[in-house]
Amino acid sequence: MTDLAYAFLAAGLGAGISVIGGALGVGKCANAAMDGIARQPEAAGDIRGAMIITAAMIEGVALLGLVICFLLAVKA
Amino acid sequence: MISLATPLLNLVKDGEQSGTHEALGSEFIMHHILDHPLVHLELLGFDLSITKHVLMMWVASAILITLMAVAFRKPKMVPSGLANMLEFIITYLEAEVLKPYLGRDSRRYAPYLLTAFFFVLLCNLLGLVPGAATATGDISVTTGLALLTFLMVQGAGIRNHGLIGYAKGLIPPGLPVFILPIMIPVEIIGLLTKHVALAIRLFANMVAGHVVIFALLMIIFTFQSWAVGGITLAGILFVSLLEILIGFIQAYIFTILSSVFISMAVHQDH
Repeated sequence: MTDLAYAFLAAGLGAGISVIGGALGVGKCANAAMDGIARQPEAAGDIRGAMIITAAMIEGVALLGLVICFLLAVKA
Repeated sequence: MISLATPLLNLVKDGEQSGTHEALGSEFIMHHILDHPLVHLELLGFDLSITKHVLMMWVASAILITLMAVAFRKPKMVPSGLANMLEFIITYLEAEVLKPYLGRDSRRYAPYLLTAFFFVLLCNLLGLVPGAATATGDISVTTGLALLTFLMVQGAGIRNHGLIGYAKGLIPPGLPVFILPIMIPVEIIGLLTKHVALAIRLFANMVAGHVVIFALLMIIFTFQSWAVGGITLAGILFVSLLEILIGFIQAYIFTILSSVFISMAVHQDH
């Protein structure tokens, strides 16, 4: 395979793997949020706010990897 | 996979033969993500041309200034209409973003944080208008916003603790002296990465959402069939609605993280 093909392959694989990490992280965060809301429904507002913030931060890290893969696919 | 390649190849061949300007998929996407200069300006060797993203930032600022000036022209005790809606958003932000972290200093940093929220929100939402571009989908714009937050954080810390006191407060107390040569670069790098992550988070979220929309649009042009077009249009509608939600959430995240960083510099007790 040529170098260009390796670069495109790396971009695709990297995007897939970083999405796995992001989805796992957000899934665990949502799991904890569901448990918290089930335990104490009156704290649902606070828990929902905290969940959204942490989910966005974890997704930010996953998107960091995605940006690198995008750069790789475009520059190649 | 092969059936996907032949329509693309046909598209390229049609483009070459009939001379249409229907570019290949990735070029279409890149053309809408990247920036285009509209008016070329050069100042002392710096490229200060008015690009499309600059125009979008000006449009967002103009909308924001007009909206706020018109709504709060005659401030009333019980607002109504536009002032009521804006005051609802501002009081929600004050309760969730400013008071829990800044406490007594919320009034001092509220102008910057509220302006940041509304500006980022307007820039994100303007990107969904056909023909317009997302200003926050440009790494330069988000780096500028993160730089503003960085300056606000340092200013807040230096204002409250003095220059030497703020620098001393960065290092956790009670450390053996020989760890200091390692701790100082680590603390300085830790100071910067938070803001770099702020910039990249906003940029990546906006660009990723719009790339998905443009890729789905390219699917319609690739297959050129009514059935595929109809289903893809429903998908594009759903993703556009999701993009509105993500625009709100990312503006909120930017504001609340800026507030947290300012509060960490102001209340420097670890």
